Amino acid sequence: MGYPHPPHPRETVVLSKYFGDQAARTFEGWTGRGGYAALRRALGMTPGEVVEIVKASGLRGRGGAGFPTGLKWSFMPKNSGKPHYLVCNADESEPGTFKDREILRWTPHQLIEGCAIAAYSIGAERCYIYIRGEFTEPWRVMETAVAEAYAANALGENVFGSGRRIEMVLHRGAGAYICGEETAMMNSIEGRRGNPRIKPPFPAQAGLFGMPTTINNVETLAAVPHILNQGADWYKGLCLGNPKSTGTKLFSVCGQVAKPGNYEVTLGFPMRDLIHDLAGGMRPGRTLRAVIPGGSSVPIMNREEAESALCDYEGIVEKGSMLGSAGFIVIDDSADLVYEIYRLAKFYAHESCAQCTQCREGTAWTTRILERILRGQGKPADLDLLLDLADHMTGKTICVLSDSCAAPVVSGIRKFREDFDRYLSGAVSPALVGA
Amino acid sequence: MSDLVTLTIDRVPVTVPKGTTIIEAAKQAGILVPHYCYHPSLSAPALCRMCLVEVEKAPKLMPACVTAVADGQVVHVHGDTALKAREGVLELLLINHPLDCPICDQAGECELQNFVFQEGRAGTRYAEYPKRFNPVEEFGPDVLYVPNRCILCTRCVRFMDELAQDEVLNVSERGDRAYIGIAPDQLLDHPWSGNVVDLCPVGSLISKDFLHKARAWDLDKTASVCPGCSQGCNITIDTRDEVVVRLRPRPNLEVNRHFMCDHGRMDYRWMNRGDRVEAPLQRRDDRMQAIDWESALDAFVDLVAAARSAVVLASGRASTESLGWTRGLAIATGRVTAAVRVPRGGEAPLPGIPNLALRAERAPNGAGARLAGYDAEWDSALAAAGSADLTLLLDVELSDQEADAVRRCKTVVRLATLEEDRFQAELVLPVTTMAEENGTYLNRDHRIQRFLQARPGPGMARPAWWVAAETWSRLAEGRDAPGSAAEAFAALGQEIEELAGLRYEELGLTGRALAPASADAG
Amino acid sequence: MSSPAAPAAAGHSEQGHQPVFAGETLRRLEALFPSYPTKQACLLPALWMVQEARGWISPAAMAEVAEVLGLTPAYVKGVVTFYTMYHQHPVGRHFIQVCTTSPCHLRGAAEVTRALLQHTGCEELGRTSQDGRFTVAEVECLGACGFVTPVLIDDDFIESVTPDAVPGLLARYD
Repeated sequence: MGYPHPPHPRETVVLSKYFGDQAARTFEGWTGRGGYAALRRALGMTPGEVVEIVKASGLRGRGGAGFPTGLKWSFMPKNSGKPHYLVCNADESEPGTFKDREILRWTPHQLIEGCAIAAYSIGAERCYIYIRGEFTEPWRVMETAVAEAYAANALGENVFGSGRRIEMVLHRGAGAYICGEETAMMNSIEGRRGNPRIKPPFPAQAGLFGMPTTINNVETLAAVPHILNQGADWYKGLCLGNPKSTGTKLFSVCGQVAKPGNYEVTLGFPMRDLIHDLAGGMRPGRTLRAVIPGGSSVPIMNREEAESALCDYEGIVEKGSMLGSAGFIVIDDSADLVYEIYRLAKFYAHESCAQCTQCREGTAWTTRILERILRGQGKPADLDLLLDLADHMTGKTICVLSDSCAAPVVSGIRKFREDFDRYLSGAVSPALVGA
Repeated sequence: MSDLVTLTIDRVPVTVPKGTTIIEAAKQAGILVPHYCYHPSLSAPALCRMCLVEVEKAPKLMPACVTAVADGQVVHVHGDTALKAREGVLELLLINHPLDCPICDQAGECELQNFVFQEGRAGTRYAEYPKRFNPVEEFGPDVLYVPNRCILCTRCVRFMDELAQDEVLNVSERGDRAYIGIAPDQLLDHPWSGNVVDLCPVGSLISKDFLHKARAWDLDKTASVCPGCSQGCNITIDTRDEVVVRLRPRPNLEVNRHFMCDHGRMDYRWMNRGDRVEAPLQRRDDRMQAIDWESALDAFVDLVAAARSAVVLASGRASTESLGWTRGLAIATGRVTAAVRVPRGGEAPLPGIPNLALRAERAPNGAGARLAGYDAEWDSALAAAGSADLTLLLDVELSDQEADAVRRCKTVVRLATLEEDRFQAELVLPVTTMAEENGTYLNRDHRIQRFLQARPGPGMARPAWWVAAETWSRLAEGRDAPGSAAEAFAALGQEIEELAGLRYEELGLTGRALAPASADAG
Repeated sequence: MSSPAAPAAAGHSEQGHQPVFAGETLRRLEALFPSYPTKQACLLPALWMVQEARGWISPAAMAEVAEVLGLTPAYVKGVVTFYTMYHQHPVGRHFIQVCTTSPCHLRGAAEVTRALLQHTGCEELGRTSQDGRFTVAEVECLGACGFVTPVLIDDDFIESVTPDAVPGLLARYD
């Protein structure tokens, strides 16, 4: 539900049912709401059976890549003899996205249960939950909840008497968006700079501490208990668009809408309704101009594209963008789009780890050109330069941070050329404060 | 064979073992894949993105330094997509890079210059001036870090971490604010730290010793072997106008891979000394008089013929040819005691490379001397000099005590580089240093390696082997002196079993391991 | 070369660095060791403990952490400088982080930032106020884009801050 707003009738409330409900935070409160039944059920099956259920459900990674979760779990080796690890990615730093924070602070046990089931099914005895350093409240809530879970034997060396061991360790980040990239996250847990790793090797072969590892997003793992409880068919049936996109998703709608919040809808939901109905639509006197749907690392959609798209992985690709983490940044006609694109480029330049030349230098150069344009000192050739830089920054680096910087820049220039032309004619941005 | 793979690189077929990276396979095709962060002696982080190549059927450009070859793979290093990508990387590397070429030591041997010239854009599109500026930092007694020029290839950090195993450098900060940092309160003074200057593809890590001394294109470069210790690192002697200005390591995968230690690197000034003996000198009426070679050799012949015993005291820096021929000449007297001087010092390994260290035996040819029969203890040889008929000193600097012992000998002949005035030898014959002649050294692992002449010897100086061989040839009829170092070396094979049949051609410039001898610790 | 944040007025002497990892703090760190197969993995938690204890991470503290975990000072420094939240210089008694990334900027983060700078007396981002009470830093997305403008003051994550609310908010922090 769009906490802090009351649930909208058109939402399909699964993960967010108890957002805002303080009582649901405790172990008792959660079990009273049906929690931990799924874990018990999973422990009664073989790990392979659990993986099959998750595969059949069609659950896809909710962190941004949309990779089929069951398939990812099945990549783990069967008889390696090495310790396996599960890593829960709670580094949520993608601009526009604020859903994992809600799961962490309102329903910590939902996540703990999901992690425990996942760990069991991939043969991991230890799960690290990497929480970004700025999430101080979710950290405190999770600390308490993990301690409760241990006390109740939902975690520990003999979970619910099953003979299985599942340990959970909270690991605090320290301010780096790039640590949300799965291989950078592993490096960060290992006590290193958060540099992404080259692949191969892939995490399932050699990941955390060189051991077979699976990394999943918070929202992905939170869905797992529900799938175990209500079945793969139920989850698969939650589909309004393409059958490859099943289940519900938390859409973090923010920016220039009347009711920013997390809205949980079935995948395939019409984007127009999400924005104009659930999120309350535009503020008085304003018209929709653009939407960046995936968090910021995807092409900007113009109004026509946004109002005709279905909210699922394929539907948004059809309209030229990507679902990503579903952090919907809504932009109306009062916004200085060029400034916002500049500010996003500045974000990526700040967060670049510095390994790859194209990212390290390209994000910085892009930012400087955009700033100069905003000061009214840009030339038309600068736009060609930005597009060429974006081409160099796409598909040529260890991770996709530089691609992510390029996406809004390219789509912004192509679809909102008139905004740039205004600045090329000499307008100066009033927003360059503390730039 | 099943573990070989055949692929095509820029239309050239190459067959290599499975697991070889494309960048290494390309070398076999004679193709250099441009790169910065890759280095065959270091880990490959694939972060500079210069080596991206087109692999048919792959969806993206692949980094050649970490992509393994596959059977039937078709790779394009110089196709349009790869060229454009490299052009992009080069332009991006230059945006924060200062236009320092006119004042930068690396100019002329700079990999950024080279690849930009070869494949970069003619002009930059960067207009966001001023560029960032950070002052030069003194990392250690010799190494300076110029942050503005750094391209963050991280070779220096990885060298110190992986090979020197002295983690004193790091990458600090993030994004385009990143720079190479050094641990607070620490210096870059590891005995092998000078290698970071060679590893740095640009002029970011530079040597104070070489600072502003010479332009790379003014240098003559000669293949040689380091005379600092018995490891036998392969080096290049860089000279300008015949003055040695720098020593650098030369790759030899069997000996030193790509490295040399700081002790050897910095120990070249003696090669430029001016206080050299420049003409043969003979003692006449208590004065040393300069004479011509013919007269000098005749005089030497007389001294050798008249002696019934000889002591040879030789420098461990003398070539195998010079050592062999000098002792060979001394044997003509009948009884020879031959000893070699090998100074000793501490050992300093480069832990990340097996069998590579600055050795305790601080002379390059102790093993060669022992092979050539220099088996006496130094002190007993010195004592023996007192009662021998003839003492030959081969390029040794004596202490005062040692000079006293030698002075007791009836007849002393110096084959010398430096002037000496503590005693008057009968004959002083000017010889060349290893920088001024062709020759070989035998290292501690019994690898025989050639070094080439890097500068002319002063005045009338000649290689010591030539002096000895010419004298030897005059002692009897029908003897021909070798006319070149190659001939001098080949002739040694007649007396020294391990060298039998070996010729310079077989040694190349990376040498050759001799059959394992008994342990030659040093 | 130093990080962008300007050092605070009151200097700390590096001589006589008192160990952070003694007594209870050491016990807390050692309690983490079984949770990881390497001591190196305890580096980020250890650095947090240093910052909690001392307010920032000095070179001497980095050397101490290195020693305790069997790492080198250069390595630790490389890690400290990578992560934005670790302070490499002393900061005000209360460290304020305000998000100005696009989703927040679209809904008034710039005004909130100005109000913070004004009412703390810091005047400039990254600078500590004269009385040493506050430092205001502009940070990237805090993951609360639906609750603009989010502000972190020390460990308190405050949502939906408006310029009007700033004085009252600051008054809670001495």
